[in-house]
Amino acid sequence: MTASLVLIIIMGALFAAGVYAMLERSLTRVLIGFLLLGNAANLFLLVVMGEPGVAPFFGAADSPEEMSDPLPQALTLTAIVITFAVSAFLLALIYRSWQLGQADTVEDDEADLALRARDAEDQDTMGDEITDEDDDATTDFIGTDTAPIVVLHHRDLDAIRDDAPTDSPRKPDTSGDDR
Amino acid sequence: MTALVPLLVALPLLGAAIALIFGRQRKVQVGVSTITLTLVLAIAAVLLYAVDSSGKAFAVSVGGWPIPFGIVLYVDRLSALLVVVSSIVLLAVLLFSVGQGAADGDDETPVTIFHPSYLILAGGIFNAFIAGDLFNLYVGFEILLVASYVLITLGSTESRIRTGVVYIVVSLVSSILFLAAIAAIYGALGTVNMAQLAERMSELPQDVQLVLHLMLLLAFSIKAAVFPLSFWLPDSYPTAPAPVTAVFAGLLTKVGVYAMIRTETQLFRDSEVNTMLLIVALATMIVGVLGAVAQAELKRILSFTLVSHIGYMVFGLAIATPLALGATIYYMVHHIVVQTTLFLAVGLIERRAGSTSVLKVKGLMKAAPVIAVLYFIPAINLGGIPPFSGFIGKIALFDAAAQVGTPLMYVLMAGGIVTSLLTLYALMRAWNLSFWREDDEPVDEPGDERIAYLGAAPAAATQTERRVIPRIMTAATVGMVSLTVALTVFAGPLYDLCASIGDALQNPVTFSQLESER
Repeated sequence: MTASLVLIIIMGALFAAGVYAMLERSLTRVLIGFLLLGNAANLFLLVVMGEPGVAPFFGAADSPEEMSDPLPQALTLTAIVITFAVSAFLLALIYRSWQLGQADTVEDDEADLALRARDAEDQDTMGDEITDEDDDATTDFIGTDTAPIVVLHHRDLDAIRDDAPTDSPRKPDTSGDDR
Repeated sequence: MTALVPLLVALPLLGAAIALIFGRQRKVQVGVSTITLTLVLAIAAVLLYAVDSSGKAFAVSVGGWPIPFGIVLYVDRLSALLVVVSSIVLLAVLLFSVGQGAADGDDETPVTIFHPSYLILAGGIFNAFIAGDLFNLYVGFEILLVASYVLITLGSTESRIRTGVVYIVVSLVSSILFLAAIAAIYGALGTVNMAQLAERMSELPQDVQLVLHLMLLLAFSIKAAVFPLSFWLPDSYPTAPAPVTAVFAGLLTKVGVYAMIRTETQLFRDSEVNTMLLIVALATMIVGVLGAVAQAELKRILSFTLVSHIGYMVFGLAIATPLALGATIYYMVHHIVVQTTLFLAVGLIERRAGSTSVLKVKGLMKAAPVIAVLYFIPAINLGGIPPFSGFIGKIALFDAAAQVGTPLMYVLMAGGIVTSLLTLYALMRAWNLSFWREDDEPVDEPGDERIAYLGAAPAAATQTERRVIPRIMTAATVGMVSLTVALTVFAGPLYDLCASIGDALQNPVTFSQLESER
């Protein structure tokens, strides 16, 4: 099997850049990292195809040796579709995250932080400590007061508010309702 | 009979499409999902019976292509058993969620996307279980992961977005690793068919085999939440809706374990990583359960025990004798059922008490004796109290380990016993705090500060209504608890089936076998 060195080098560069970008806290960079990694994996599939040849259709080439291997192409197409769908979903998620006032960063897990903050006495008794943390968090199927995603006024930054439920008391000001 | 096999995947996908069309009619959606999953359960049961009685697997080449070129679906006893168990679990959780959805009043604001996503998740799980080639396994994983992305961020509240992002990014990394591993394997061997791979793998040099082997194991370990790749699980599962968490905890990690079993027994028989797997299994058990002991939130306690008990399955897989593989399969079935049941029970606790923190929930024994029973039985089962299935599974594992008898095996057995006791400790402490502890004011009286606060809110009527648990939720949980008991009562036949699976896994499926079973 022969493979193109240029493709291999590009693939390596894409993998490296993708991993680097994914290590960032900013979600947009994570998305870019994912796109790079996805394309690197697709290139990898093309590299293992071996030497490119005539299109793998019946009658396109005189002998099977001259044809391209069709299977990696099919695999790559499937992988591209999957990457595409997931990127669209991630973009929607990033938008939603920004809309909820989290900027677009990967946040630390609140329950982990709360666990660390629990003092020794409470730890011993596991007693009557009441933390406000997660008091309103519902993991019920869906909140009754779920609001649809509102369209923001894109110019007027003061008007950015969201009616969607916020389930942590951390940023009360981002919650639109005042009850 | 072979015509039934593709239906396992096709029916849920078709059901998802129909459910999406009837997005605004909740009753139609519920009907479609229930009928689809019931049909799949029936088909899977028929297949399991046929495969078990004839001892011959079904290999179906989709679209009639010759076998190494087309997509091959392969149903042997292992696949059929797992499809049966997972369709039962999916059905029970569906009923639970129907009850919860009805009580939450989503007749007015239906979550149109829940039922379609749930069915696609089911289709992906079934596809992964019956995949006969590596790439179809990847596609199965992607189908179930994409559906799980939607389900874990359902309602897109702040905390779900926060944790969902972590879950999604971690899953994506593992998928890309898997895809790269497939590319490397195809480059080395020129096929993705698992039977052909098994035959050709021995032609490769040992070190190349090891690299390919570790790439696949790494990808699957992330999905199965094996330490140290398990960090994402306790962060992301607890915030999802209760039924979603239940089905994720029961099934998604097990699909990863299933893929690991196939990798070890089918693809890489010559390349030995069992010592490494044993050490990883020990670390998974111990670190996971220590996490559970530190937590005060029921859902997080359960998530950590989930990670910890994946360690038992990796342990069994690493012993790699037929006896151990049989025990691993039995443990897997037990764990799918019990873990799901516990999460459903916690879902009931959450509804009744308004919280899952053991620091806040009190006096449930008096307030909700039924929930107490529904929590207690699976809890002691998971903790490994005889005569329950958790005990049987662990004893079978330890028995297999003792027969190998190396010092490392005894270390792992000790680790397994410690883990079992600590699991029991974590679950029983939660039991003592939330059920036995006397409550100064009953949870459902409006003396509670939170309720008084909500009493002034416009949504107060629906909020108090939520504390009533619909009968169908309790019924679904009762059904699952009875299933855990049934695993114990019918442990004999089930264990025989698992043992025969273990025997069969000793020899990889060969290409000629695949052709003859068409």
